[in-house]
Amino acid sequence: MEKLLLLGDEAIAQGAIDGGLSGIYAYPGTPSTEIMEYVQGSKMAAERNIHRQWSANEKTAMEAAIGMSYAGKRAMVCFKHVGLNVAADAFINSAITGVNGGLVVVSADDPSMHSSQNEQDSRFYGKFAMIPILEPSNQQEAYDMAYQSFELSERLNVPVLFRITTRMAHSRADISRHEVKDQNKLRMPLDPRQYVLLPAIARKNYKKLLSTQPAIELEAEQSKFNAFIPGENHDMGIVATGIAYNYLVENYPNHQCPFPVVRIGHYPIPRKKITELYESCKSLLVIEEGYPMVEEMLRGFFNVGKPIHGRLDGTLPRDGELNPNIVAKALGFPAAGEEPLAEVVKNRPPSLCMGCGHRDVYTDLNEAIKDYSAGRVFSDIGCYTLGALPPFNAINSCVDMGASITMAKGAADAGLVPAVAVIGDSTFTHSGMTGLLDAVNENSPITIIISDNSTAGMTGGQDSSATGKIVDICRGMGVDPSHIRVVVPLKKNHEENVKIIREELAYNGVSVIIPQRECIQTFARRKKTEKKESND
Amino acid sequence: MNNDIILAGVGGQGILSIAAAIGLAAVNSNLHIKQSEVHGMSQRGGDVQSHLRISDAPIASDLIPAGKAHLIISVEPMEGLRYMPFLSKNGWLVTNITPFDNIPDYPKVDEILKRVKAVKNHIALDADSIAKECGSTKASNIVMLGAASPFIDIPAAGIEEGIRQLFNRKGEDIVNLNLKAFRAGREYSEKNR
Ligand SMILES: Cc1ncc(C[n+]2csc(CCOP(=O)(O)OP(=O)(O)O)c2C)c(N)n1
Ligand code: SF4
Repeated sequence: MEKLLLLGDEAIAQGAIDGGLSGIYAYPGTPSTEIMEYVQGSKMAAERNIHRQWSANEKTAMEAAIGMSYAGKRAMVCFKHVGLNVAADAFINSAITGVNGGLVVVSADDPSMHSSQNEQDSRFYGKFAMIPILEPSNQQEAYDMAYQSFELSERLNVPVLFRITTRMAHSRADISRHEVKDQNKLRMPLDPRQYVLLPAIARKNYKKLLSTQPAIELEAEQSKFNAFIPGENHDMGIVATGIAYNYLVENYPNHQCPFPVVRIGHYPIPRKKITELYESCKSLLVIEEGYPMVEEMLRGFFNVGKPIHGRLDGTLPRDGELNPNIVAKALGFPAAGEEPLAEVVKNRPPSLCMGCGHRDVYTDLNEAIKDYSAGRVFSDIGCYTLGALPPFNAINSCVDMGASITMAKGAADAGLVPAVAVIGDSTFTHSGMTGLLDAVNENSPITIIISDNSTAGMTGGQDSSATGKIVDICRGMGVDPSHIRVVVPLKKNHEENVKIIREELAYNGVSVIIPQRECIQTFARRKKTEKKESND
Repeated sequence: MNNDIILAGVGGQGILSIAAAIGLAAVNSNLHIKQSEVHGMSQRGGDVQSHLRISDAPIASDLIPAGKAHLIISVEPMEGLRYMPFLSKNGWLVTNITPFDNIPDYPKVDEILKRVKAVKNHIALDADSIAKECGSTKASNIVMLGAASPFIDIPAAGIEEGIRQLFNRKGEDIVNLNLKAFRAGREYSEKNR
């Protein structure tokens, strides 16, 4: 079949489509966003009528996918690592219900936090849920794994966690495709109570999940994505997971590592292969992208037995992304690339686009709030988080999606009045709405600014579930309509907007100010396509 | 044959089009390729880079090891210098000299160029002016690709085919503009290397 040049994310998407996918559910988040975007752009996905709309958040995405699996069809869920926290309740319980149609959950980790608040390792969630985990080392494997993952899920009757990291997600390589599989037909679960997690049934299901563990381990032991690669030097054995394997072999001519290696791409870790490695070598080195999960398991609590090196003993750095040089150092090669940069090279942090409406929002807010003491603006996650940097220095928090409103409420409860929340439109419908309800129910003295640019700007301008609905949502939640103020964040409205913010800061209850102006990036893109369409 | 290339610039400057044109050319020549890109936060006006590896043998790492890059193509003068630790001893730095100044402490251009000129193998050109002469400053990234092309082990005709494929959807005029930009960049390097 034809060869394609695809990002890791795109390879997963194509593999899923070819593997019989019926629906993909996702909320954008770097580095996972391109999986859904690829399916949305795929002609084949349109022809096969694959569901491919963004969900309001990761939890709703996960649940809709469970529903599709219930109905017998193959479903994929995609989000960034912290999205799995949001979806965790549904995710963990989906292992207890088991699946009907294949269910695959892609969680994209971001070691070194290129675009994230933390670098948590999703593999722990897979272990927690006691389900198989797939972790590709290259784009072809990403395709192949996605292609086969639904059948793995159906065979074992559990969801499958598909874990990738930033480099895998955003690196392009050539892949070849396999024959396209049919989608499943609508088919009800054989046991009508499989999904009813009442305690009595849940206990039974949980025992079933436990009794499936040997089969899950056997699949991993025999998986073609795990390999024992012999080597002549037994001073050390190496365990390399996912893309860490590439950094290992990059250091040797023709990619021939002199040490025996166990390469892991399918968990639980293959016990027989690891045991053979341990018994035949004097020590082990564990190289994994992310937390030292495998290393910790191999060491155990008492760390007795042969020496096991890795991130825990400082052979590799405890945090951050790996690269060929870091791994080279751990292998005993001389360090490279550590010379300081020329002094003329300055940091270039990201910043809000020139002309972005969030800029006007912060200029207005800074002016309106200057009579109060500092430190009362709670914000959230999106482009507007860049308001933390100069020249604005306007916000005092960014913790997790939706936290601006609830943190402002908690601070107001403590006596910090007025407290302000600044949140984006997509973040508001992701998980700000429920916090607003809490605030309304107690009439908390907070001023909420929902900076509405009609898109999820930070992740590249995806459709926002909030578009056109924010005023109605706030009304419906019970915010006093006279304290819902819609403004247009433009320089010419500065005076008026400052006045409105001042009034609402002085109000002793919940107010919502909604500055509305489209993101200039999506605006420019829209104009371009409109022009193109009118020319065609 | 293997070429390890680092592309450098600022979010929004179009380094991914350069990578895509080389990538298409490499695929057409049946070469292996790995190209890691930056998506996400840094695309908002931060520094961005792409590691592009092409080879006739399978490629392991998505990232180029430090000290191993054959070529740095930078569409902005300060950004090329950011990746100097990656350049091999005999590698080439090919850089645009038009600054992208969006930070308060952006250094004096003369000082940047002094550092560029201290690099053993370098080409420094005003890609924006050359692109303008070709018809549009928008093609300055393809001027840079042209200027870098003598240091890439794919024949110019192959890269031109990549450019054609890349811009085909946008119509004949855009294709021709970019081919002109490519040739002008290439000519500059051949004269000044
Ligand atoms: C739980 C979680 N899911 C997804 C993300 C990724 N993410 C960060 S910002 C953002 C979009 C925010 O859009 P919006 O609130 O409208 O603000 P904008 O970027 O448009 O200013 C997303 C999806 C995240 N950080 N955390
Ligand atoms: S992408 Fe849109 S929302 Fe984000 S900074 Fe630029 S204009 Fe503002």
